[in-house]
Amino acid sequence: MTDGLLFGLVTGIAVGFAAGYLGGIMVLEKMALVGDALSHVALPGLALGILLGFNPILGGFAFLFVSAVVIWEIGRVTKLSFETIVGAVFTLALAVGILMIRDLDALEAALFGDIGTVSLVDAVLAVIVSVVAVSLIRIIYKQIVISMISEELAISEGINVPRINLLYLLLVSLVVALGIKVTGTLLVGFLVVTPAAAAKNLSSNLFRYSILSSVLGAISASSGIFVSSYLNLPSVPPGPIVVIVGVIIFLATILIKWKTKMNI
Amino acid sequence: METLDDVILKVTDLTVQLPNQTILDKISFQLRRGTTLAVIGPNGAGKTMLFRALLNLVPYKGKIEWANKVKIGYVPQNLFPSDIPISVKEFLSIKNAAKVENALNSVGLRSEDLRKKRLGALSGGQLRRVLIAWAVIDSPNVLLFDEPTTGVDLDSEEAIYRMLIELEKKNNITTLLISHDVHIIRHYSDFMLALNGCVTFFGESKRIMEPELQSMIYGEPVCMEHNDEVG
Repeated sequence: MTDGLLFGLVTGIAVGFAAGYLGGIMVLEKMALVGDALSHVALPGLALGILLGFNPILGGFAFLFVSAVVIWEIGRVTKLSFETIVGAVFTLALAVGILMIRDLDALEAALFGDIGTVSLVDAVLAVIVSVVAVSLIRIIYKQIVISMISEELAISEGINVPRINLLYLLLVSLVVALGIKVTGTLLVGFLVVTPAAAAKNLSSNLFRYSILSSVLGAISASSGIFVSSYLNLPSVPPGPIVVIVGVIIFLATILIKWKTKMNI
Repeated sequence: METLDDVILKVTDLTVQLPNQTILDKISFQLRRGTTLAVIGPNGAGKTMLFRALLNLVPYKGKIEWANKVKIGYVPQNLFPSDIPISVKEFLSIKNAAKVENALNSVGLRSEDLRKKRLGALSGGQLRRVLIAWAVIDSPNVLLFDEPTTGVDLDSEEAIYRMLIELEKKNNITTLLISHDVHIIRHYSDFMLALNGCVTFFGESKRIMEPELQSMIYGEPVCMEHNDEVG
């Protein structure tokens, strides 16, 4: 196994795990498309990084971070759903990003990921950020669940719902920015949606659901990277392979659920 | 003359306004410890808003004074657990993991299978009992229930109210509940506070059977000028 593949796998496992964990909440909140749409908001930031010669992921994260705060504030003031607000801005961001990136190779890397170029520093950074994101979400996970069941119940228990929503959005931005390295901005929504959806098919309690969504996220990302490396097709980026492996896992969970329901 | 220890809640000139509308206008009432107060009135009368104000969930004018060391258990009317894979035990553990068994036993839910069941897979009656367990798990001395038997069949409704009364008596709990059911108000509360934007009646619950009073409560609002009575 080459160093590049090893670093890619470590990054994939860390980011897949964190994205699956955070995505679990997104799927329950019926905000699955928010994660997807939010990822496209990163594109102008990636473009700035490419144009000005700094790490594009940092640019992507900066854009995601600012967008998350703006989306949260618009939501707080207007009471519009996050989905509506994100939907209103993401296509613009995508269009602006594509116009800004003139280098086609860089555009492809931004759109479909470049896990093959991950360095040791990138991998260590991905692990640290993923651990921090998962740890912080773990603290507020149950509070978020209570606010989903009833916002009034949450507030009456002293939970500051707007504040935990903001923290959650910021952490999603962080993980989505990292995920762009694995699958690219076009496909990173997969990492926060599909593993959690697969986990939901197999879970009747929260503990199992949160663990399964994280583990399936890590398995999808790492197996996709591994398969892509095994196929060794230079023209095929790993991102789409990661998505295809993840969707196969998702389909398998549908089959298991169906068999359980039918008592086969 | 009431002493401070007798009165657990004193509300004076409580007013809640939305941008273009006054929801509650100068509501005043007092409540003794251990009393069950039914909050009644037509739809849109401000019953739920009164609860929100009592829980400090909405801005208000006027005064809400709770006695010292009051611990409130609250169950809202609307919950949306159907799609969330959370078991009964996990749900109650969020509030107090050490007392899940006690709380479930106290509301008559003793089956081990039920504890593992998803919240969204419970029947209406079971869900309401779990919510009451949620409200009483931290041994509160005040309970606020917004229509505690919504979506529950008649037999379960009676059983839930009997259980509530038992819990209240055993732990000297003061209860405020919103209800539309005349039978429930008559049999399971001591006093009633009728709202229609303002207080239209405050007095003993047995009077709910008086037809003139019912038409006054559910008809055109006639506000009480001043209310010094203690429930």
